[in-house]
Amino acid sequence: MTATHYTYWIIFALMMIGLYAVMSHGNLVKKLIGLNIFQVAVFMFFISLGRVDGGSPPIITEGIEVYSHPLPHVLILTAIVVGVATTSVGVAIAIRIYEAYGTVEEDNALARDAAEEAAE
Amino acid sequence: MIALEVASSVLLLAGSLFAVTGGIGLLRFPDFYTRTHAAGLMDSAGAVLILLGLLLLAPDLGSGVRLLLIAAFLLITGPTATHALAHAARNDGVRVWAERVDKKR
Amino acid sequence: MSSLDLAEAVLLGILLVTALAITRARSLFVAAMLGGLFSLVTASLFVLLDAVDVAFTEAAVGAGISTVLFITALALTNSQEATTPRRRVIPAGLVAVLATAGLIYASFDLPGVGDPDSPVQTHPITDTYLRESQQDLHVPNTVTGVLASYRGYDTLGEVVVIFTAGIGVLLLMLGPRRPADEARDRAYLQAEYRVLRVVSKTLMPFILLFALYVLLHGEYGPGGGFQAGVIFGAGFILYTLMFGLAAVQRVLPMRTLVVLVAVGVLIYAGVGVATMALGGGFLDYNEFNPGNPSGGQVAGILLIEVGVGITVAAVMVAMFYSLIRRGVRR
Repeated sequence: MTATHYTYWIIFALMMIGLYAVMSHGNLVKKLIGLNIFQVAVFMFFISLGRVDGGSPPIITEGIEVYSHPLPHVLILTAIVVGVATTSVGVAIAIRIYEAYGTVEEDNALARDAAEEAAE
Repeated sequence: MIALEVASSVLLLAGSLFAVTGGIGLLRFPDFYTRTHAAGLMDSAGAVLILLGLLLLAPDLGSGVRLLLIAAFLLITGPTATHALAHAARNDGVRVWAERVDKKR
Repeated sequence: MSSLDLAEAVLLGILLVTALAITRARSLFVAAMLGGLFSLVTASLFVLLDAVDVAFTEAAVGAGISTVLFITALALTNSQEATTPRRRVIPAGLVAVLATAGLIYASFDLPGVGDPDSPVQTHPITDTYLRESQQDLHVPNTVTGVLASYRGYDTLGEVVVIFTAGIGVLLLMLGPRRPADEARDRAYLQAEYRVLRVVSKTLMPFILLFALYVLLHGEYGPGGGFQAGVIFGAGFILYTLMFGLAAVQRVLPMRTLVVLVAVGVLIYAGVGVATMALGGGFLDYNEFNPGNPSGGQVAGILLIEVGVGITVAAVMVAMFYSLIRRGVRR
């Protein structure tokens, strides 16, 4: 059982490392990088579901009978590009926050907001 | 052919040797510039040798030409990247390592 | 353990170590470069898992565009990270560990990796996508066939997502240009980067030609609209980095880019409307050539791939322009 499942376990570990990076770090750019790790680990999980032993890439060629399933590949292709789209918007928002607050650290920005609110 | 396979194995082994020593150099060299040299060697020499080794076993002309093109691309861009790193470091003022001479002697 | 399993295990180990290093790195430049390394090793892993199209896209997008985005972000903001306060580490670590344990417990119900009897392989749709697509589409790359034809509507949504993200970044980043930037740009360009300039100028036509090749060859091998768009965008980003925003805007001004961003989506949706006008459903490519449906399919797939490529390339370059125009604070 372990021999066929250890791939999943390592992928879950990668997912959780990415999630930990998002949750525990206050820096917005670090959060985005951690989110990237999480996304890539999810992609790996999907692709490993579609793989078959002794298969080949799903490009139909003469003489090959067993192919990996093309549907997870299609889904992940879309997901990768959507992932980079969200990362780019996140980066733009982080830059604007830096320009408005002078910091990319979440705690400092929230503290400044609270201070401004208390001053009103 | 046996000679082709032997030659290809030799090239692949040589390329892997460059990759391994490049990695060791990356860890052990004392200075940024020497480390960049090790990494660049991995890129240009190691990768190109491995590609040449694969070229000898290429199944048809199409794959062979592709491998040659990739090797040419790596040969052009590997040293360029190393140059860019070293040049940027020099501009930024990264110090060159100098061997510490024991003052007592 | 076969050699492929060993290679997989080694790559997964490298990924684990890299992910831990990214989390621990205080210097964000290190984290961004390690993120690029992470994406590249993942691309190799995808090749081992027989997902060549995905590996191509991951290498181009993850190791290329994402790294450029992060480094540009770091150039415009801080590059050092503050220490994580203790009150965050403990709950986050606890959640991560518990979630991992839960997932591992749940994974025992999953089919083994590579199992030929898994529900994914035995579902009848597999036969449709792999065998019947050859009669319907005559496109050897089944991933392109499924992406562009069987699930073409989803891909239209994806192109609109990229379009929206591009518009969002442009709205956030474009603004009045600071006059001091011109002098600083010129100062940077005076630095002696002769080798880089010669090499990048020599490589530019090959990069763009390769992008065109990937676009047109997507039906017969790994490739397609997304990869082609990303490579095309990466070529122009390289040119911008080497020669400055003013030089590249002589070739590809911002006005053209903003139009091209929309043109790609319009081509895609236009193909759908054209098929409806010819009497079929939305995105029913058979209508392009009623006597020879698979010929119509090939034409339809090519058209929408061109639309996708145009939008992706324009969005990548436009985002980079707008980030650069914001100015480097140093």
